[in-house]
Amino acid sequence: MDVRCFLALPNPRSLRGPIAIATIALLISACGGAATPTDVAEGDAPVTVFGAYATQIEEPWDGVIHTALNAEMEAGRIEYTFTDDIGYSGDMERVLRETAEQDAPDIIFGDAFGNEEAARAVAADYPDTAFVFGSGGGPVEPNFSVFDNWIHEPAYLAGMIAGGVSESNVVGVVGGYPVPEVNRIVNAFIAGAQETNEAVEVKVTFLNSWFDPAAAKEAALAQVGSGADVLFAERFGVIEAAQENDLVAIGNMSDQQELAPEHVATSVTWNMAPTVKYVIDQVMAASYTAQDLKDFSMVGKGGAALAPINADVAGGIPDDLASLVAEREAEIKAGTFRVDINEGTPPGSTIPDA
Amino acid sequence: MIFVIDLLAATLRNATPLVYGTVGETYAERSGVLNLGIEGTMYAGAFAGFATAWATGSLLLGLLAAIVVGLAAGAVMALMTVTFGANQHVSGIGLTIGLIGLSEFANRLIFAGGELQRIEPMPILNPFGGLGEISAVFDQYALTWIAFLLIVPAAWWLLQRSSFGLEIRAVGENPEAADAAGVNVARTRYLALMIGGALMAIGGAFFTLALLGSFTLDIIAGRGWVCVALVIFGRWRIGRGVIGALLFSLVFSLQFRLRILPGFGELPFELLLALPYLVVIGALALSGRNVAYPGAYLKPYRRT
Repeated sequence: MDVRCFLALPNPRSLRGPIAIATIALLISACGGAATPTDVAEGDAPVTVFGAYATQIEEPWDGVIHTALNAEMEAGRIEYTFTDDIGYSGDMERVLRETAEQDAPDIIFGDAFGNEEAARAVAADYPDTAFVFGSGGGPVEPNFSVFDNWIHEPAYLAGMIAGGVSESNVVGVVGGYPVPEVNRIVNAFIAGAQETNEAVEVKVTFLNSWFDPAAAKEAALAQVGSGADVLFAERFGVIEAAQENDLVAIGNMSDQQELAPEHVATSVTWNMAPTVKYVIDQVMAASYTAQDLKDFSMVGKGGAALAPINADVAGGIPDDLASLVAEREAEIKAGTFRVDINEGTPPGSTIPDA
Repeated sequence: MIFVIDLLAATLRNATPLVYGTVGETYAERSGVLNLGIEGTMYAGAFAGFATAWATGSLLLGLLAAIVVGLAAGAVMALMTVTFGANQHVSGIGLTIGLIGLSEFANRLIFAGGELQRIEPMPILNPFGGLGEISAVFDQYALTWIAFLLIVPAAWWLLQRSSFGLEIRAVGENPEAADAAGVNVARTRYLALMIGGALMAIGGAFFTLALLGSFTLDIIAGRGWVCVALVIFGRWRIGRGVIGALLFSLVFSLQFRLRILPGFGELPFELLLALPYLVVIGALALSGRNVAYPGAYLKPYRRT
């Protein structure tokens, strides 16, 4: 349950009569609604998995983990339950401890950003449970593994497309927070744009919010107003600005072509299925160890990919550009082209060197 | 010149939800009830509007659903604070949390686990298309036109010039006197809260039905609280509140345009993001001294 709900507990003296209490109680009970749904697979699956998410699963990052675990549950390989919207104010440790104590699942997946200490402390106390967490830190023996969205490679490829189709030589990027996970995507995108367009200027706006699509759209419209004709939508709200102005947008996290089929050229996508499959296989084989699962979220093992290029977008995608991108993609898969990881904050405006 | 036109268009666009919310909150507060349910009412309006438009394919039905939800939210707030005389802060915050929870619960039930759904949003209308370059200022959604040309003048007239508006102000200033004069205090406050709730919900629906065409979590992102501040900034007057909304929106839109200019690379962007709040707080500090609150603000009314 979200901690905010406790704020709603009424002062009994301020209430007049039982109906008032019932009305407020009804409102409060609604808070819990979105917080703890559970899905349990039918039959006796061999591996039990628990998902512990700081945000709601509608948030794209945790949604990617949830989607991969759901697919494994539907394939009958695991029994999966989860709690989402745990937040960042101390509930993570309680949820993890209760689950590890009462249900003792084989694996706990989750995101540790903002809850690093809690996740690591509980993991140390339950060494027989595999803790696999999204984290900016490293793995800890014997049972704490880490993963992250290492999608800088498809971001580079998307940047190549953005630079290649831009006619104004101005490309806009709207991101959430300038944290390492976002910075390395944006920096790779800028590097990709510079490969196909030496004159390109990349404008980057951060929102200081993961969820404010209205502000994201305004940030994108501001970039359009200053000349941007291709927009990279690290957050929701940007594709809408591209559609309204009949421009090209690039999606992020999942394939977002459906949001605006005539304006989304491609998307930078993250897929947790390889990570989830690997961990479950290891646990089934009783050979699980703590490790950094980074490679499983990269192009080489299918954890990151550029979504299919949509040649029907406004203005189209030139064939030679598409083949150049395909060539780079093949080189990345073959291990002969490495995309630099740069986690520094990109400037508001990157101008080509004179 | 293009910079200024783009900025003015953005100011009107971004002020729209704030105008609905501020006018709605002004109605509630002039009747003597602080409605902190505004954030949740806007959220529920955004969700109900989107879900209905998505299910029926009709933006108009979506807007109607938002209005119905807003009326209901206002009625619940009135039930708690007028009929039961409960603490207005607690009731309002409870209403906000409850409505956000209900909306997110319904969101998961209806759209569980799938990709983000979109509807075809409201188109941009420009009745002044023939004015050349400057006409881009008037590239606005229908809800923006309705807000500035219909809602603001009508809401002002109703509150300041009609006998119903006089009753709202009377029950907010001195409910005993209004009651003695034969005004039904409870009924008037119910109506003020319901009108206000409907306006707040339309402000929320602006995001899903016009600006974005989709519903995502936390879509209101605190703008309801901004409206509560704008009502005080406007000293409970519709016109001044609208000016406050325009001022906030102007700085909000300006900072997004400034920070992508090459010269602004050195300035922390967090500072620019905070600018609209700083400007409104600053203006409030300069102009907000000796502000007269509505006489019966926060006080439930009982015949004694």
